Amino acid sequence: MEKNDVVIVGGGLSGLACAYKLAEKDLQVIVVERGDFPGSKNVTGGRLYMMPITEIAGDMLDGAPFERKVVRERWSLLGEENSVSIDLTSENFRKKEHSFTVLRATFDRWLADKLTEKGIFVIPKYRVDDLLWEGDKVVGVRAGTEEIFANVVVASDGVLSFLGEKAGLKPKMDPANYAVGIKEVIELPEEKINDRFNVQSGEGVAHLFLGDVTKGLFGGGFLYTNKESVSLGIVVGIKALMGRTPGLEAHTLMEAFKERYELKTLIKDGHLSEYSAHVIPEGGLNGISRIYGNGIILTGDAAGFALNMGVTVRGMEFAIASGIIGAEAILRAKEADDYSEKSLSSYETRLKETFVLQDLQTCRNMPAYLDNEVFFDLYPRSIPDLAEKIMWFDKGPKERIGKTLWDNMKASGLLSLKSLVELYRIKNL
Amino acid sequence: MKIEEKLALDAFKTDNESHITINHEICRKRCKVKYCLFVCPGHLYTYNEERDEMVVEHAGCLECGTCKIACVEGAINWVYPKGEFGVQYRLG
Repeated sequence: MEKNDVVIVGGGLSGLACAYKLAEKDLQVIVVERGDFPGSKNVTGGRLYMMPITEIAGDMLDGAPFERKVVRERWSLLGEENSVSIDLTSENFRKKEHSFTVLRATFDRWLADKLTEKGIFVIPKYRVDDLLWEGDKVVGVRAGTEEIFANVVVASDGVLSFLGEKAGLKPKMDPANYAVGIKEVIELPEEKINDRFNVQSGEGVAHLFLGDVTKGLFGGGFLYTNKESVSLGIVVGIKALMGRTPGLEAHTLMEAFKERYELKTLIKDGHLSEYSAHVIPEGGLNGISRIYGNGIILTGDAAGFALNMGVTVRGMEFAIASGIIGAEAILRAKEADDYSEKSLSSYETRLKETFVLQDLQTCRNMPAYLDNEVFFDLYPRSIPDLAEKIMWFDKGPKERIGKTLWDNMKASGLLSLKSLVELYRIKNL
Repeated sequence: MKIEEKLALDAFKTDNESHITINHEICRKRCKVKYCLFVCPGHLYTYNEERDEMVVEHAGCLECGTCKIACVEGAINWVYPKGEFGVQYRLG
């Protein structure tokens, strides 16, 4: 039976990055993808941060089909009928290659084509059903009646990672560790996007929304500008959604979001071209299972490598980096001709030396902190109200700003012991 | 815009055989809340009162897996559609 060096399951960013790195050496690598083409089952918000991976990715992303360079960062707190926003821009965002918006069907397909030039072809429409074992060692994968044997199986099969579960590395998925993202891609002419978002051609906006957009539940809204479309969506914690009474149909959040005054003019006359949904790992470091075993490693979303830092959400650069570092661990294992758990543990050791596990370690308290109504309910309800009261001039004489501030902060609960304790906890983040 | 109209914009290749199966016994007896009815972004689950069972329209499945995660009683058995089938995102 022919034995390959590596079989990679999943032609998303981590799987493709892993293959790309392995292509540098003369290894027998097979990549399989269940969709019609790489990217056809993938969804992002989203944007890719470049700085963390510039060095590690080498020439991999040269010439990548980015949509727009993000030069404006916006955050909004949405009350029921009002909102407060921050709009950050900087010469640094414009001059440097900091972050770019992408569409996955285009992006992943492009990377797969680049891989083909390196001699590795992604086999599409190929669903893997199970792992092949030899004792306690994973020795390949099975798809229907077909078997592919390999020294290492790279499970790049996404957030649901059936292979991670079958390998006994990933426990049953806990709703507390996952959120669902729902997204619409709305087409708009390039010029209109430039004008409406106050950016130049090639430049774009990343905008996050908190509060009423999820009816106070864990999560938020997002808007990213692409070349000729905007990606508009909602992310909501699955556990939060399940805990809400009365039940809230997730898909209705999207329509309510689009009806908001803040959104309406931005997407006016836009043409909805695609509706998508995807689950996102939200457990941070504590949501990460074991990421390697005898003859197998988990990469990207399959390993749980994603990070919600409250002000920004990251995943794709974690996927790319973990794929490449996984490939390096495999190359070391090949050199030693040892594919055991012990040998492949260099994958995790190396990840700990990079932003992948370092950033997750730094932000390990974030998920617990964010699982808190002050962010999604109290602040978005009370801060816009407070600002509105300061800016409102009625018939009678205006009271002192200090009194307005104090009275309203007290009445809204911003000064309650509970919210002050929450504020104090910020230092632990 | 209605959810059905949104799903109609997507490219699906539908398998006659559903990749989602429901254990009605567990669903009826153990599950009180029926989270799948509202967590699904495609709104594909409905309860057929007449037959006293959950029904899912697998053809519009966006393959997010939210129902699988939310079905804590384990009544939903959800696997990926076979290669060649299911949603094919053109943008993603």
